[in-house]
Amino acid sequence: MTQQASANFINVGERTNVTGSARFKRLILEGDYETALDVARQQVENGAQVIDINMDEAMLDSEAAMVRFLNLIASEPDISRVPVMIDSSKWSVIEAGLKCVQGKAIVNSISLKEGEEQFLHQAKLIKRYGAATVVMAFDETGQADTEARKFEICQRSYKLLTEKIGFAPEDIIFDPNIFAVATGIEEHNNYAVDFINATRRIRQHLPHAHISGGLSNVSFSFRGNEPVREAMHSVFLYYAIKAGMDMAIVNAGQLAVYDDIPKELREAVEDVILNRHPDATDRLLELAPKYKGDGKEVEKETQEWRSWPVNKRLEHALVKGITDFIEEDTEAARQQAEKPLHVIEGPLMDGMNVVGDLFGEGKMFLPQVVKSARVMKRAVAYLQPYIEKEKSAGSSNGKILLATVKGDVHDIGKNIVGVVLQCNNFEVIDLGVMVPCEKILQTAREQQADMIGLSGLITPSLDEMVHVAKEMQRQGFELPLLIGGATTSKAHTAVKIEQNYHGPVVYVPNASRAVGVCQKLISATGRADFAAELSLEYAKVREQHARKKPRTKPVSLEQARANDVKLDFSDYQPKSPNQPGVQEVTADIATLRRYIDWTPFFLTWSLAGKYPRIFDDEVVGEEAKTLFADANTMLDRFAQSGEIQAKGVVGIFPANRVGDDIEIYADESRSQVLSRACHLRQQTEKADFPNYCLSDFIASKDSGIADYTGAFAVTGGIGEDELADAYKAAGDDYNAIMVKAVADRLAEAFAEYLHEKVRKEIWGYAADENLDNDELIREKYQGIRPAPGYAACPEHTEKQKIWDLLDVERRIGMQLTSSYAMWPGASVSGWYFAHPQSKYFAVAQIQADQLADYAQRKGWDTQTAEKWLAPNLS
Amino acid sequence: MKLKPIEEALKSRILILDGAMGTMIQQHKLEEADYRGQRFADWHMDIKGNNDLLVLTQPEIISDIHEQYLAAGADILETNTFNATSIAMADYDMQALVYEINLEATRLARQACDKYSTPERPRYVAGVLGPTNRTASISPDVNDPGKRNVTFDELVAAYEEATQALMEGGADIILIETIFDTLNAKAAAFAVENVFEKREQRLPVMISGTITDASGRTLSGQTTEAFYYSLRHIKPLSFGLNCALGPDLLRQYVQELSDVCECAVSAHPNAGLPNEFGEYDMDGEEMAVHIREWADAGMLNIVGGCCGTTPQHIRVLADAVAGKAPRTAPKLPVRLRLSGLEPFVQ
Repeated sequence: MTQQASANFINVGERTNVTGSARFKRLILEGDYETALDVARQQVENGAQVIDINMDEAMLDSEAAMVRFLNLIASEPDISRVPVMIDSSKWSVIEAGLKCVQGKAIVNSISLKEGEEQFLHQAKLIKRYGAATVVMAFDETGQADTEARKFEICQRSYKLLTEKIGFAPEDIIFDPNIFAVATGIEEHNNYAVDFINATRRIRQHLPHAHISGGLSNVSFSFRGNEPVREAMHSVFLYYAIKAGMDMAIVNAGQLAVYDDIPKELREAVEDVILNRHPDATDRLLELAPKYKGDGKEVEKETQEWRSWPVNKRLEHALVKGITDFIEEDTEAARQQAEKPLHVIEGPLMDGMNVVGDLFGEGKMFLPQVVKSARVMKRAVAYLQPYIEKEKSAGSSNGKILLATVKGDVHDIGKNIVGVVLQCNNFEVIDLGVMVPCEKILQTAREQQADMIGLSGLITPSLDEMVHVAKEMQRQGFELPLLIGGATTSKAHTAVKIEQNYHGPVVYVPNASRAVGVCQKLISATGRADFAAELSLEYAKVREQHARKKPRTKPVSLEQARANDVKLDFSDYQPKSPNQPGVQEVTADIATLRRYIDWTPFFLTWSLAGKYPRIFDDEVVGEEAKTLFADANTMLDRFAQSGEIQAKGVVGIFPANRVGDDIEIYADESRSQVLSRACHLRQQTEKADFPNYCLSDFIASKDSGIADYTGAFAVTGGIGEDELADAYKAAGDDYNAIMVKAVADRLAEAFAEYLHEKVRKEIWGYAADENLDNDELIREKYQGIRPAPGYAACPEHTEKQKIWDLLDVERRIGMQLTSSYAMWPGASVSGWYFAHPQSKYFAVAQIQADQLADYAQRKGWDTQTAEKWLAPNLS
Repeated sequence: MKLKPIEEALKSRILILDGAMGTMIQQHKLEEADYRGQRFADWHMDIKGNNDLLVLTQPEIISDIHEQYLAAGADILETNTFNATSIAMADYDMQALVYEINLEATRLARQACDKYSTPERPRYVAGVLGPTNRTASISPDVNDPGKRNVTFDELVAAYEEATQALMEGGADIILIETIFDTLNAKAAAFAVENVFEKREQRLPVMISGTITDASGRTLSGQTTEAFYYSLRHIKPLSFGLNCALGPDLLRQYVQELSDVCECAVSAHPNAGLPNEFGEYDMDGEEMAVHIREWADAGMLNIVGGCCGTTPQHIRVLADAVAGKAPRTAPKLPVRLRLSGLEPFVQ
């Protein structure tokens, strides 16, 4: 019989155990987890039905190693398809392991060693974590060696578990201790028999419980003689299984078949295991050298694919996600190919197509495909230098930024597109999954991508893509936007996305289309034609879908205006500014850093958590501390060196509302209009609220009340670009990002600082305000400072009015780009409103009547108005 | 009023779970300001789309949806708390409101149920624990498969808070649903047990997972049966599947579950697959054709609707299964039932 084939027996793989496998221990200690995973994979391929994982090693942080390895296994479907056995003598390691497995695992082990209370406490938790458990025949007085002690302890354990805490009996696996036999010590001779007999009794008297054991112990005396050890294991199992043992921790690849053991050896081994002769040990010792060999022939079957033709080998490696030989095989394919690129376009893409097909048919699933992509990447990375060498110019085709949008974890399609594009000489910046819009756009700006590709699979991602498109519009992007992923469609792209963004938007149905699309978009001559062609095509698609009704309950502009904010001046007298007119302000770094809101800084680095609580975060706490220290070191330096400077300009003016505009006057005579700020009004039906417009917060001209408004522009980034570029040129991306992240914080801090100064001194309407930084961050003060381009005043060109009013560029060097983005990047500008009723709101969707009205007020034609107001036009 | 225990009701007929909440909320075309209401008018972030918050800012809308479902024949109402965990609410920086949202959501459902309950026809509140927006066994980073963006302990803490509030608000059942990563659900089950122990009060627990696509697996890679073995230890009232697929594609997995599941089987499929606009097209009648056949095949104990379903769907489904015998659970031999991504039985 073969044990592996026995229907009533579970092979638990033992090789992923640092106490039992020197190789595995070395791999883990060296941190070579990838190869360590191969050990696990080989066991499963060799028939292990459960794999035992043990990280009990003094030189290791066992808890961390257990967590790391289990998390890695979770991404390897051909390993994690089987249950795991979490093996440790330390409860903390077991518990850490239980928190990482989604399947129903086995704990190895608990026992009565430390008494009933602890035993039951641990068992109760195991039950709550949803695992089965091995229970060692071990009690307060020690490990059971005789048949009687083994049974007695197991029976006591069984009663406690099933009667005291309702532990399912079928989830109990007893390990009655397999000890070494043939040690030369007479008392040890009966150990195997004791185990086998105890097993029989347990199975008879403790229903549904199982029996397991660590098989390799039994042959410990014959270390170095694998054939004899295998024979001993095989014989031991043969008899123990008959007695009811139904699980064992074994080297799944190395179990001899009982019937294949040479008769002479088998009999000698049986004498030892069954303790049939007093001199059985001596006889086996005598015989053993004859059978000594290297015991190697096991990997034959699994390695068979190595003899296949190279293209087949590549396909196999891709489908199975095996990286072991990928460089070797890629090299072989490269030597056969005319050009290195052909390896990618040929066998590798063929292999990926097989993967794609299998995935489509539901024969492969997500984690496997991700693994295939890793193999592909490895192969491409190997070929990269050869491809570089062949290239004449050495420059890439173009740079594309890829991201799976916020809220979505699916990225196979995106990864494949990335690989395909890389293979076609595009530089790919892959931001990964669940990428917030702002990070996509920020990176696209920082990295100067030539186009952006968004991917997503779940339906809410569609809205997020629309959001990204709108943000791209709002932030003045011109880059082509590629849309792909399972729920995306040409219709959705045409109807919901393309209209929100004035740059080219292309729906890419699959990876093979991506290259053609990108090449057209990157070509200076082809892009315009292609974009025009697309626009036409999408317009047609839209026509076909024109039957859709509007989604919101709009009100007319007239109705919205009738429902404006009725300002209350009974309790509030507009304050004439202490320091009227325009003035430049500076602030040193030492002052500004006290006003920094650090939470967004950590978000910039993708560390989520509120400052300062984030430092206590178990996961990101340490990293947050490091970042914070680095940022402060940089701030210390800036304070000294002046490499980065903060500058600002502010002005408070007499002003009155006229319709939805605000007239800003040169002086108290209110006769000369310096500027006329145009604002937008909310235009959806409101039951309990006004239809807000920022102008509402200023007293109207005909009220006769002398009101005021203010404007400001500040930057924390004079010098940031030069410094960041210098870092980047030196290959220091970390500090390049840090400079910008810190400058951004300084700009925001400056805006906060200046707002306070305005409230207390410059304007002085809240002279006796006294708030700490936390209260400032939570905007506990009177008045608001909305920024053009954001929700309450979403239209960007209004920034120009601030620039003109304050003479921003001449005074402090801040500039507006053609899309009204501010330079330097670390900049903030906005309006001040002092009335206590002022509040932030979002204009959201406006209607055609307001569009026309606004265009007329701005002196625009409809087209221009539509362009700048697109984000608010559904 | 003391309700007849749901275990009893399950013996006599197929119970009806309500339909989609999100779909119904969408019909109100709420805007940012509507989500904010007066209380959150000055909130520092956009909160449009935070549907769970509506129990505080637009409670009458939620109550109305609840009542529409009860009127359509739902026996079990799901609380509007799908995202009401501190983990999911972090998106809106509203972690501090989680307890209140769960409490209020349960109260709204409680009130609606109490209004419609009769001794012969009790209506039950299922306090919903959603999956959160993070996955404990899937890496967010392709290049580092060992990475995780949420831990078991964080999930347990979040689910404990929510469960406390659901129970405080008067839920009859705890429903852990739309499970795409089983480890998240194990954390939820762990938390629920902790809270039961602390409150010295147990409620029946319903479990409902999500088979994401044609692979027949959860997002985290488990087959239906493996998934069942991972969560069977909490001895649920019912085990089922919801979301992602319409009834046509979901059938084989419900069947698989029906064959192994020792408790009641539930299903609340989507109204088909989303069309190219992310909208659901399958109407109640079409769904009912499938559901009626499931009931005839003896696969169902509880049925309702997920994304895209409306009171109209629920009414038709309720009619379709009215008078049909509920499924009887199979008696399985006592075995060690383990799982990795696949089941393993000894």
